[in-house]
Amino acid sequence: MGYPLSMRLWRGDRDGGALQDFTVEVEEGEVVLDAIHRVQATQAGDLAVRWNCKAGKCGSCSAEINGRSRLMCMTRLSDFGHEDVITVTPLRAFPVVRDLVTDVSYNYVKARELPAFAPTPPDADGKRRMMQQDVERGQEFRKCIECFLCQNTCHVIRDHEENKPAFAGPRFFLRYAELDMHPLDTHDRRELAQSAAGIGLCNITKCCTEVCPENIKITDNAIIPMKERVVDRKYDPLVWLGTKIRRRDDRTEL
Amino acid sequence: MSTSELETHAYDVVVIGAGGAGLRAAIASHESGARTAIVCKSLLGKAHTVMAEGGIAAAMGNVWPDDNWRVHFRDTMRGGKMLNHWRMAQLHAQEAPDRVLELEEWGALFDRTKDGLISQRDFGGHRYARLAHVGDRTGLEMIRTLQQRAVALGIDVFMECTVTKLLKDVDRIAGAFGYWRDSGRFVMFEAPAVVLATGGIGKSYRVTSNSWEYTGDGHALALDAGASLVNMEFVQFHPTGMVWPPSVRGILVTESVRGDGGVLRNSEGKRFMFDYIPEFFKGETADSEAEADRWYEDKKNNRRPPELLPRDEVARAINSEIKAGRGSPHDGIFLDIASRRDAAFIQRRLPSMYHQFKELADVDITAEAMEIGPTCHYVMGGVEVDPDTGVSVVPGLYAAGEVAGGMHGSNRLGGNSLSDLLVFGRRAGLHAGYFAYRHRRRPVRVHQQQVNAAAEAAVAPFAQDGGENPYTLQRELQEVMQELVGIIRTEDELTESLRKLADLRRRAGELSVEGHRQYNPGWHLALDLPNMLTVSECIAMAALERTESRGGHTREDFPGTDESWGGINLILTNDAGGELSLQRQDLPRMPDELHELFEVK
Amino acid sequence: MATGVFGPERASVEARTLRPDRWWLPPLTTFVVFAAFIVYSTWRAFSGDDYYAAPYISPFYSPCLTDNCVEGSNDFGSPIGWWGLSPALIILIFPLGFRLSCYYYRKAYYRAFWLSPPACSVAEPHSKYTGETRFPLIFQNIHRWFLYAAAVVALILTYDVVLAFRDENEDWGHMGLGTVILLANVVLIWLYTLSCHSCRHVIGGRLRNFSRHPVRYKAWTLVSRLNRNHPQWAWLSLFSVALADFYVYLLATGAFDDPRFF
Repeated sequence: MGYPLSMRLWRGDRDGGALQDFTVEVEEGEVVLDAIHRVQATQAGDLAVRWNCKAGKCGSCSAEINGRSRLMCMTRLSDFGHEDVITVTPLRAFPVVRDLVTDVSYNYVKARELPAFAPTPPDADGKRRMMQQDVERGQEFRKCIECFLCQNTCHVIRDHEENKPAFAGPRFFLRYAELDMHPLDTHDRRELAQSAAGIGLCNITKCCTEVCPENIKITDNAIIPMKERVVDRKYDPLVWLGTKIRRRDDRTEL
Repeated sequence: MSTSELETHAYDVVVIGAGGAGLRAAIASHESGARTAIVCKSLLGKAHTVMAEGGIAAAMGNVWPDDNWRVHFRDTMRGGKMLNHWRMAQLHAQEAPDRVLELEEWGALFDRTKDGLISQRDFGGHRYARLAHVGDRTGLEMIRTLQQRAVALGIDVFMECTVTKLLKDVDRIAGAFGYWRDSGRFVMFEAPAVVLATGGIGKSYRVTSNSWEYTGDGHALALDAGASLVNMEFVQFHPTGMVWPPSVRGILVTESVRGDGGVLRNSEGKRFMFDYIPEFFKGETADSEAEADRWYEDKKNNRRPPELLPRDEVARAINSEIKAGRGSPHDGIFLDIASRRDAAFIQRRLPSMYHQFKELADVDITAEAMEIGPTCHYVMGGVEVDPDTGVSVVPGLYAAGEVAGGMHGSNRLGGNSLSDLLVFGRRAGLHAGYFAYRHRRRPVRVHQQQVNAAAEAAVAPFAQDGGENPYTLQRELQEVMQELVGIIRTEDELTESLRKLADLRRRAGELSVEGHRQYNPGWHLALDLPNMLTVSECIAMAALERTESRGGHTREDFPGTDESWGGINLILTNDAGGELSLQRQDLPRMPDELHELFEVK
Repeated sequence: MATGVFGPERASVEARTLRPDRWWLPPLTTFVVFAAFIVYSTWRAFSGDDYYAAPYISPFYSPCLTDNCVEGSNDFGSPIGWWGLSPALIILIFPLGFRLSCYYYRKAYYRAFWLSPPACSVAEPHSKYTGETRFPLIFQNIHRWFLYAAAVVALILTYDVVLAFRDENEDWGHMGLGTVILLANVVLIWLYTLSCHSCRHVIGGRLRNFSRHPVRYKAWTLVSRLNRNHPQWAWLSLFSVALADFYVYLLATGAFDDPRFF
């Protein structure tokens, strides 16, 4: 039960480009990436597209489909009508390389700026003990497949290139939250979350959560708790006093 | 091309591939003091390891205190039908627990037992529950942890950079030559030691769980550099891949579905696996549904359900049921967990499977059965390496992970792959670093003519117009392998496949690609195709030679396991003329104290 | 020079968004409803009249703490007797501050009123953006203090509901439509207050070891469940508080008689 699908694909590079029309035969049950592969195999062999697993697990095939940040492999054609035109452009928050491929190195730079996990020593038998309920919050954040759709849709950098140096983006607020909630970490990164990662730039408009293909509640479970932890550290004298008196927090501040 | 205009980097160790084995090797190499670089075809963190679902097999004894490395060793050897390199299986079983604890040290968050230890789950072929896991996304956890560790150590990563040629200085490795995918520019690495961690070959098949990267690059690079491949005929078809819709055909359905209670049924609703229990596993497999169901609760007094037999057995059984006309509507069979476990349990234990079926197939696995069928998953064969160091027969050339052979014998147990990556990734990285240090006063020299030849070969597809389309050729290759060198093989089909592969090889010499060198997937595919052809030829040649059925190699014309083949490895090399040549070689003999583990008690 | 999605390195696409859906509808709805509430509540807060119809007091005016409170409405005395303006202005600042600094309302009004961004993947019109790093928006960080104040106000409104079970002669055993409306309102206000992100943090979210604090973990789990519907409670309690006030207004002006159930 095939039908001809009309697509508009952005082709070009940093020097310029435009949406080009393609018509491609597609089958029931296919996804946008299948259609693009067929364009590649039959009409435009050099059409640049980044992809890997085609199962929504690696987060490579991020693009904007009808203006929304999506994984091409997880966007089913059945979500659209047979008459609809599907427009695919590269991510618009990052520099374009060619066609549907963008330079996402910003994210890898930000990953390097984040101080690593520093656990307490293991127990006497060489193992570490943590309870399931203590690791569950972090596990949600570690579902992240680094598709960078949240980074792409975040207006802080999407609409303001100049904020990139000061802002780590939702993906890395997940990391800050994960480490700050880790029961065995010995580092306190709250100050860094504000100063180095720029969590104050986030105005919690929640687009990151809307686009997350792993359904991670980025805003509610990571960014807002992290903002609250920064408040604990900087804007709540009671909490500050409490930790000083009762010496509850023995982490080293970074 | 003169050296001055070529981007050149010098390192002690260059690791090719950034999956589990590559990252672990780079970490070990870096920690040994070697200047280390990782070169990978994709972005960092996208390698195929992310697809691994079930867990990391390691006899930590957190759930079953009786578990220890000897039991794990025995399971691994039996799963591989005794064709494994005993020393690799031993090192693997002994070192896996430490490698898992190391991941936790670096930030991995495994699921926990009630005591707060790392939880372990059941898997096919493993006597005890021993797979450390995080839901059903263990591979993601592992690669992210290793990636974050590598980043924290400041290891240089060359992303989206493909190596097309290993450079040699007389008999030693001298470096690697490749191109940047985004710009198409060439790049050269000078290094006395190279670790291959390029993964497998699955993209040579039409129905596969593997991603586009799995084009057998490491196998082909190694052969080209003078190394040998061992037992390439053993290709694992995972019994449970998705079959519907067509665009997702082959995508993996984790074995944990069965480990957590899922069962296989044919169109008549029958749990057919009870009809397919081989003699070899009769003693440890339940022969009634009642006993099989009791096993999930009481493992001491009951035998394992037949759904958890090693993958080769299950894949063959499914294949037979479908052939006998008892398949599901889309030519698969049914994997049912919905009727056996409640929805909350399924969503907690198998979140990404739930997600995958919901999003891709519009199937709610908590309410209905999945349709599944065998899919090409893993190659047991690979570069022949020294078990302790991971070095190939070429000095300075190391291999670890799926690209290395020997560890899994004729069939790999689920969960042994991730632990393999960690154990032998670390060993290869460490020894590569050590090798570079030992040879620091005898530097290698890169020969200009090798570089020029590699550069010429790489741009050749641009030189002609109107030649073959690489996408078409790839599809035909996949068709040949799927139809003629698949799960069940015969002499006639294998002979036919070799003839067709030779024809494809000739046509691959006449590829044309359109456009220019900047991020051009057509060109990239044109450069991957010769590697895919090479490994396909290796598989077909070895499969034709081995006239028996064992593990991941099933010959319809020789259906039984033949004792006389039990001690023989098949070794492939490139001869002086660049042709593949095949030799038989004796399997290394296991020491007596290990042999005793297999004697019937 | 062009910036953002029109910057020199980005893929050149002229449209500020390629979304074909009606992305402008949710922010527009938010804008209209919030604006209507602001107009209504400003009028009511400044009017200083028609906020008490025994036994009901409008939530805008509770507690009434000044000398100019309508007779019978100041259950807590007149500690701020000298105040000459509408008594609502003293007390409204707390729920207002709570809602203005609420994580959900922030999302809603940044999108609807400040268009920052108007919707996901729709380019915003501003050329500069500093988020919540500077005055005045850095004061969003004191949300939890407003939470504490709002909780006190919610307690007082709860007390008002209890009093609404008396009739106009202060005899117990009364229930009118007003009682029901005030009760519904206070339930929604509690749901909104308790489901607040700061509340979730304070009650247990700030812990790093749930297993060592089983009671707080339990409480956190409950608040987390409420928190998932925080936006819904925000809207419903906004409507209910306006409705409760309007109902009292109708009674106080004599436009309507309170139906009694018993």
